[in-house]
Amino acid sequence: MPGKQVFTLDLNGRETEVFAPADATLLDVLRDNCALRAAKRGCNQGVCGACTVMIDDVPVRACLTMAGACGGRAIRTLEGYGDDPVMGRLQEAMNASGGVQCGFCTSGLLITARNLLAESPRPAQAEIRSALSGNLCRCTGYVRIVEAIASAAEEVAR
Amino acid sequence: MNAEFDPSVGTAVGRSTPKLENREKVTGRAEYIDDLYRPNMLHAAILGSPFAHARILSYDVSEALAAPGVVGVITGDDVPAGRMGAFIKDEHALAKGKVLYLGEPVAAVAAETLEQARAAVNLIRVEYLELPAVLSPEAGLAPDAPILHEALADYIKVFDAGSTGNLCSRTELTEGDVDAAWAGCAVIVEGEFTTQAQAHVAMEPCGALAEMDAQGRVTLWSANQSVFRVQANVCESLQLPMSRLRSLTPRVGGGFGNKMEAHIQPLTVALAMKTGRPVKCVLTREEDFEIVRARHPFRIRMKTGADAEGRLIARECEVLLDCGAFADDSPGVMGYALLMSGGPYRIPNQRATGKLVYTNKLRFGAYRGFGNPQVSFASEQQIDEIARKLSLDPIEMRRRNLLQPGDGWFVGPKVASNGLSACLDAVEKASAWGRKPDAKPGTRRAKGIALSAHISGLLGTGAIVRMLEDGTISLNTGATDIGQGSDTALAQICAETLKVPVEMVSVASPDTDGSPYNWGTTASRVTYTTGRAVAGAAGEVLRQAMGHAAEMLDVPVEDLELREGGRIAIRGSNTDLPFAAISGRAHWAKGGPIVGSHTLVFDEPTHDPKRAIALGLPFPRIGVFSFAATVVDVEIDEVTGQARVTEAWSAVDVGRAINPRLVDVQIEGGFIQGMGFALYEEMVWDGPKLANPSLLDYKVPTSADSPHVHSIIVEDPEPSGPFGAKGAGEIGLNPVPAAIANAVGAALGGVSHDLPLTAERLLPRIIEAEHAA
Repeated sequence: MPGKQVFTLDLNGRETEVFAPADATLLDVLRDNCALRAAKRGCNQGVCGACTVMIDDVPVRACLTMAGACGGRAIRTLEGYGDDPVMGRLQEAMNASGGVQCGFCTSGLLITARNLLAESPRPAQAEIRSALSGNLCRCTGYVRIVEAIASAAEEVAR
Repeated sequence: MNAEFDPSVGTAVGRSTPKLENREKVTGRAEYIDDLYRPNMLHAAILGSPFAHARILSYDVSEALAAPGVVGVITGDDVPAGRMGAFIKDEHALAKGKVLYLGEPVAAVAAETLEQARAAVNLIRVEYLELPAVLSPEAGLAPDAPILHEALADYIKVFDAGSTGNLCSRTELTEGDVDAAWAGCAVIVEGEFTTQAQAHVAMEPCGALAEMDAQGRVTLWSANQSVFRVQANVCESLQLPMSRLRSLTPRVGGGFGNKMEAHIQPLTVALAMKTGRPVKCVLTREEDFEIVRARHPFRIRMKTGADAEGRLIARECEVLLDCGAFADDSPGVMGYALLMSGGPYRIPNQRATGKLVYTNKLRFGAYRGFGNPQVSFASEQQIDEIARKLSLDPIEMRRRNLLQPGDGWFVGPKVASNGLSACLDAVEKASAWGRKPDAKPGTRRAKGIALSAHISGLLGTGAIVRMLEDGTISLNTGATDIGQGSDTALAQICAETLKVPVEMVSVASPDTDGSPYNWGTTASRVTYTTGRAVAGAAGEVLRQAMGHAAEMLDVPVEDLELREGGRIAIRGSNTDLPFAAISGRAHWAKGGPIVGSHTLVFDEPTHDPKRAIALGLPFPRIGVFSFAATVVDVEIDEVTGQARVTEAWSAVDVGRAINPRLVDVQIEGGFIQGMGFALYEEMVWDGPKLANPSLLDYKVPTSADSPHVHSIIVEDPEPSGPFGAKGAGEIGLNPVPAAIANAVGAALGGVSHDLPLTAERLLPRIIEAEHAA
């Protein structure tokens, strides 16, 4: 079994030191060491998207990212968006639209949606569906999620 | 987050109130089982059987126990001989004496870290004597088949199962005279159909956390659909008095039947009792595929006859179900599938028979639709087949046969509300049914339709409503909200009854110590059955509050009325009392705190012996009926054979939508799950081994694969339902595979005999259709 080591992470704007197994993934460290549990472990294979977080403004799968590879890079989890008005709009739209059911996919989905709006402020429905295709939701059938993101984009653009 | 309640508008029921717990979900603060931690908590890992069928000869756990961080190991020798099961008690907490499927838990380790536990399970040595395996129901019924459950005759069964050999149960339902009826038919269609195993793939894998206190009492948190079924299963298998186990729930990350009966709660409790420390066990996605449960593969033989005008005269349905290694909910699924095998039509002569056979595979069990999507796949295609033979439009064919208001259901259940015809009208109009869709070059395209009915009901439920000192309300039902929003809908029913804003109602998390019994979040039942209990309990609170107000205002109760905002007033006057004043009096001066409770068990009989013969019916009292009609527009690529749903319309009669938006999402989510089942989802076994237990190899629909689904709510109030409501949870899925198969049939001709409708299956039909043209 690999030994433990200290990782220094730039996490939600704060320098954070964690002592974790050398082969720990970013998802392990976030959940087990940092009590940041918005990112979920749905498959641990990078398929379901429930663990999506941002690293240097790119959405990544925390379950496939080694914690050791994150040094010097800005990591942002859903917990780190408290002061982001665009994320606030997305959260509000998801709440109002019916896009939240069990909620297990919601955190990863919001990160992906936030990234979409950064790249494309007024996405068409097809663009939203394409952008979300790496975030599985088994409850909603996606209709209300797509609607929520479109309406949040409108609100932000207004 | 703006609450939608506006007192000037008034009532709570019928409003699309956002779900009560949404804020914690959109901020990532909702806690699911894997988010829970306890001081000194251990982590567990499970050792699965390498064989599908084998005797366990011995265990050697010494090496595992000596491994770093390991605190305790359990094997079948450490768990009592108790057996659990919803219909037939055939399953131990952990394999004992024999293993019955590949991957079945045979031992488990609790260690300081998850990595240590996983490393240590591989150090457990188990000696097996491998036995020949039964890998299909047909093989299980062969005269010389190896027997899975040698003691089957001695197991406790809750109904007349007729179990023998590997036959887990059989059911036979007969109405009219089917054999004589064929002679009077102008058209008869007959076919064999197969459906595949579908995985639930709730986004949250199953898990449990157990902790024993100094008195030996156990507290258990788990991902579940019923804290009470968890309690019953753990206590039956571990032979504990139910009062020694407290079952709780964190937020649940989806459940489509897979979290209803036990998964790993019993072995997690056994580990906590063995080690004396809290133990958490959360399945990997692979384990979640391999050891929980799945939708039954069906083999269906169906025959349907009609007269020259298309009126249905007779239907015969014979099913063979793969049960897997344990009975679980399977007898119920088969019995229910047979009950629904005629579909929502008038068919005077019907016979439905089924056999459920143990095999050395993962148990099959409850899955949204509960056998109904499988029989609907056969039934609804035969309706279209007859329509084609008689040159009738599929909608017209259905109209001639619809179950009419006042008609009873096959075998005998009463059907009080019936909005089926309105559902059919709604999708016909919304989908512009008469307009043929334009196919792009290189594609075939057509619309298809299917109808469905589904029950909501079953078994016991209760509610306790308390008026707190300040006049706000506490609601406690024991119903687990698995994300579908039952907490919100039940709070709306409570708020409506008491005319208070929904925000004034708090909803207690289910807790077997403090909540009234609730069989579970299953059978599309919570809004209907628990809703009835909530309306009853809130009504009792109101009755008590009225009594107080009458004394306080010195007027007869008949002169009082309830007003918006939780006030009781003298009719025609401005004199009123807020709940706070009434509750204050009850708490501190007179009468005692106001508590209302109401419990019920659904008690309308399924079977009317004057109407039909029923043998081995697993649900003697079933429920009320919801109805649905679904139209799909399907495009098939002529080069690849790949089918795609471009748009869908689904109308569901839910009696009354307590929260319309939550009903919409049930319809839409059910549609997409049904579409995955129809087009590509399939668990594949390579011999005894599940070959695709991962999301890489088992495809579920993504947003890019999913069409826009138009949900349409139809409201034909159910007299016994709370504010007229009936269930909405499953029915949206039922007709989907059939509707897609009917669209494929319209585009390519012919019948789809086997699910899923993959490109490999459709391409030869395209070529055949081209040759025929």
